[in-house]
Amino acid sequence: MYGKRSRFLTIMLTLGLAFFYIPMIMLVIYSFNYSKIVPVWGGWSLRWYNELFQSQEVWEAVSLSLQIATLNATFATLLGTLAALAMVRFGRFKGRTLFGGMIVAPLVMPEVITGLSLLVFFISLNELIGWPAQRGFTTITIAHITFSMAFVAVTIQARLTGMGQDLEEAAADLGAKPFKVLTAITLPRLTPALVSGWLLAFTLSLDDLVIASFVTGPGANTLPILIFSRIRLGLRPDINALATIIILVIAVCVAIAAILMLRQQRRDLRDQQLAAGEG
Amino acid sequence: MAVVPPAGAAALAPNSLQTIVRHGLNGTQTVSDTPWLDQDGQKPLVQIKGVSKKYGDVTAVDNVDLDIYSGELFCLLGGSGCGKSTLLRMLAGFETLNTGQILIDGVDMADVPAYERPTNMMFQSYALFPHMSVEKNIAFGLQQDRVPKNDITDRVHDILKLVELEKFKKRKPQQLSGGQRQRVALARALVKQPKLLLLDEPLAALDKKLRKQTQFELANIQEQVGVTFIVVTHDQEEAMTLSSRMAVMDAGRFQQIGTPTEIYEFPTSRFVADFIGSANIFEGRVSEDGADHITVQTDAVEIFIDHGQSLSVGSRIWVGLRPEKIRIIKSDDAASGLNQISGKVDDIGYLGETSIYKVELPNGQIIDITAPNQSRPMDREQRITWEDKVMLSWDPSSAMLLSS
Repeated sequence: MYGKRSRFLTIMLTLGLAFFYIPMIMLVIYSFNYSKIVPVWGGWSLRWYNELFQSQEVWEAVSLSLQIATLNATFATLLGTLAALAMVRFGRFKGRTLFGGMIVAPLVMPEVITGLSLLVFFISLNELIGWPAQRGFTTITIAHITFSMAFVAVTIQARLTGMGQDLEEAAADLGAKPFKVLTAITLPRLTPALVSGWLLAFTLSLDDLVIASFVTGPGANTLPILIFSRIRLGLRPDINALATIIILVIAVCVAIAAILMLRQQRRDLRDQQLAAGEG
Repeated sequence: MAVVPPAGAAALAPNSLQTIVRHGLNGTQTVSDTPWLDQDGQKPLVQIKGVSKKYGDVTAVDNVDLDIYSGELFCLLGGSGCGKSTLLRMLAGFETLNTGQILIDGVDMADVPAYERPTNMMFQSYALFPHMSVEKNIAFGLQQDRVPKNDITDRVHDILKLVELEKFKKRKPQQLSGGQRQRVALARALVKQPKLLLLDEPLAALDKKLRKQTQFELANIQEQVGVTFIVVTHDQEEAMTLSSRMAVMDAGRFQQIGTPTEIYEFPTSRFVADFIGSANIFEGRVSEDGADHITVQTDAVEIFIDHGQSLSVGSRIWVGLRPEKIRIIKSDDAASGLNQISGKVDDIGYLGETSIYKVELPNGQIIDITAPNQSRPMDREQRITWEDKVMLSWDPSSAMLLSS
């Protein structure tokens, strides 16, 4: 049954993939459409790309989003790693279960609630100590860190648990003090998880519309906020062009990741051959 | 008696391995081969006093006492969950004690963290650092002690030579075979010249043939470098081959401590008699307690033993007989006298060099006897086969008195 290729499965797969990718392909094609009205084909053109590159508003939003995402990812990785280390490597301590629950709570909290509560918090804080005077870059960044940290903590926690403690114990046994164990053994071993945690936090921040809308202020438009506000005024082809560029960047990143993975696989195979060769 | 050179004598030599090999790592050389018998001799290197460890309701290690002397190769032997690994981890400093005290070289280890203990450990998983080459793995411990660079290079080179891995020093652990990884792990633990090396199932991950070969290598290396080894193992053959002394552990306690010969020839309990090798066990009562002997009446036979402690007549006791210590001959005669019993062959297992006979005794008990196959099977007269009547006998010194 598994050997024969089932026609039914092939059709379902084709339909599934089509459902995912046809909208994107359409978006890419329409970004090259000369016509101002999206569904009407007016011939191939780079007109909207040209317009996009001229639009200061768009580039300011892109730049703001990238800055927030980078800062967010870095802090979220730092704090998330510390939280994960406390959970996995510090044994039992008082309030550990509560702490663990509080770390993962933002994962299940509806974004609307998170956004609203943060807005209330920032407003009250402003009343109390006069900071933040204005909502925008700083408040969005803080808001993003609070929720993406949870994702990083969970990623790192899984990796730490999977790694076991043998290597760290071995390093301590050989005379490495706790900080040295962290820098020489734990962190290098964690690198893949740190990278994926950072990228996850980066993507989450770049992607977020709901929370950012709550805590943003005048003039601070992230890219999702900008796109969403423009869509409300009607579909515009320059947004298609922007989306096409984003898709292209993501495609390049995925391709690089695939090549790196393939290389790693080859290296693993070579290692195994070496180990078996002169055993 | 021990000769104690000036403190730190071993540590100052840069070309350390030669020093290690000639003088022993700690500079101490044991004159006595059996320091544990030497009452007023050297002080034990490791003193374990009343140590217990509990995990919740489960007691992993239950109030154990043990002295281990410099230069010993001591094995902790027991089944899984008997507490042997927990005890080793407490020595290394990875587990805290609930009660008791561990002293190494006279120093209480209670407040000494793992990274400051004069011990090194070889992990069952080897725990080699996958992001470092063989060379860097071995150098890691020396770097932590801020040993000068040139000395590190020399010492790493020497130890690689000892474990015959010079060719592989640039390789990463995952580019090595299981046996090579095991040797890297050993070298990494040895290069710091610890007072005490702890080995957790050092051979368990190797296949059977390599394991046998490595057993002897390990014992040789221990002899060359003179470091005190504590080896945890579940393999009784490994413990017998390697150790100068061993402790048989069960349920968090030491059942018996002694040399391999003592443990095999004079087990004190049924558990040890059965765990190390195999034993036929008879239950009985003391029928006579002489000055130089003891007689035990069992269901099957009266056993005369020319050694053992004094016991009151009538007390309940167990007697063990090793299968290879029983003589078996084909005979129709009825048993007459002590340490003799007739029986009927129930089953035979032919193993080539020896055969195992399962013999049914008059009371229905079936016991094992192993005997070498000295004569060729053509000799039909003497050959023992199924359903044959046989006579079993043993020396008065062969039986083992088991207290529980």
